[in-house]
Amino acid sequence: MDDSITLKGIKDGLLVTIRSEGKWSDMAGRLAAIIDSQGEFFRGARVTLALGDRDVRRGELASVQALLAQRGVTLTGIVSESASTGGSARKLGLRTGLSIADLIDPHEAPTQPLKPPPIDSEERGTQGVLVRRTLRNGRTVHSAGHVVVLGDVNAGAVVTAVGDVIVWGRLRGTVHAGVEGDESAVVCALDLSPTQLRIAGYLTISPDERRGRPRPEKALVRNGRIEAETWE
Amino acid sequence: MGARVITITSGKGGVGKTTATANLSAALASLNQRVACIDADIGLRNLDVVMGLENRIVYDLVDVVEGRCKLRQAMVKDKRVPDLYLLPAAQTRDKTAISPQDMVVVTNQLRDDFDLILIDSPAGIEWGFRNALAPADEVVVITNPEVSAVRDADRIIGLVEAEDRHVPVSLVINRVKPEMVRRGDMLSVDDVMDILAIRLLGVIPEDEMILISSNRGAPLVLDNERSLAGEAFLNIARRLTGEKVPLLRLEQKGGFLRRLSRMFGSSNAMPGE
Repeated sequence: MDDSITLKGIKDGLLVTIRSEGKWSDMAGRLAAIIDSQGEFFRGARVTLALGDRDVRRGELASVQALLAQRGVTLTGIVSESASTGGSARKLGLRTGLSIADLIDPHEAPTQPLKPPPIDSEERGTQGVLVRRTLRNGRTVHSAGHVVVLGDVNAGAVVTAVGDVIVWGRLRGTVHAGVEGDESAVVCALDLSPTQLRIAGYLTISPDERRGRPRPEKALVRNGRIEAETWE
Repeated sequence: MGARVITITSGKGGVGKTTATANLSAALASLNQRVACIDADIGLRNLDVVMGLENRIVYDLVDVVEGRCKLRQAMVKDKRVPDLYLLPAAQTRDKTAISPQDMVVVTNQLRDDFDLILIDSPAGIEWGFRNALAPADEVVVITNPEVSAVRDADRIIGLVEAEDRHVPVSLVINRVKPEMVRRGDMLSVDDVMDILAIRLLGVIPEDEMILISSNRGAPLVLDNERSLAGEAFLNIARRLTGEKVPLLRLEQKGGFLRRLSRMFGSSNAMPGE
């Protein structure tokens, strides 16, 4: 879409923003076409032109002023970062020294949410599923990537993942990480007490005796069996 | 707006759903609520027996759904409390005789005439449970302090939570034996709450008066000489009406249950929130 010319309603009439770097006469022609295409809509309107840092000569500005006047539109001022353009405008009796922030009604809701600036992701990462609730008895979750549960995994619930399983809560159900054979997969939980824990082809069950206060643990395959260590 | 529909369920059989429905219905009616209870256990009806209304049944839920009678003709009025009615289940049919949609239609017809509608769900998680759940505004899960009952309660809670519409769930722990808990031979209230982590509506002590009153068809809560279990049911009924009632203290001392209406502990402080 051509966004070299955009129009926006402001406190005092219309703000017309010119982003075109092309020939001034081409731009003026397009602006005339936009106004003509809307019939009588612009008649009587007061327009402020936003010209960015483009250097616009007095004659060029005057031609647009005349073009607008023919269509019943009054050019009242400009917004410009260029000193020479500002000078041209002042010679034509137009308001200068304006900023876009001054013109836009502060109470008006933004028409679009602000988009965050693009960030190049440096870490590759991998895909997963996030579950933000406790998995109760009989509930199942499977992911072709990882599974992260913000809540408990109760006895009778089953979590399987091609990758890792992270439980920010108590893990009491059945869990299988690395279901497709990835022996580097890990299972982490704030309280690691699964009914049964598998990683790839290995299997273990929790010891019957509770070992006092629960602490975050990570289970992984080491030396041909599943071991649990403190999760740091 | 009309009545609130509360479904009483458990997953596991034999934990005291029907006894709880009968006692809570009677207790709520004694608190001047207009109460209808519906037995959704088609083919294995019991609620009428526990309430002592078996011999008054003419029509049942399936008759209503299949158009053989008007809804009000099937409602059995309680013999002791005014404003308590039972819609009995059919004994000679099975659960597939009615659909979840039928249950919604029937309960909606009752909403204008009652304050509370209690539905006694059958055990299990299949058709009958779905029928009982469909019209529910709230669900009360009954469990016992034993591992298998708690597991089934967890399963039921998970199924209710998986519903698209948000249905609040609360828990009643039935048949608690304080002496066994003290010896460490029974799950404590805290143990159960640790696993299920939902709102605790009440705790009912094991009480042989429950069995006696069920066999007599006379809900415990209506006895003048109240047992601790009857008092616990009455407290739950009051909580269901929005009153703040502290949990009963169930500790045993010198071989006798002490009736102390003190706070059980701040972590279990209750209802109405």
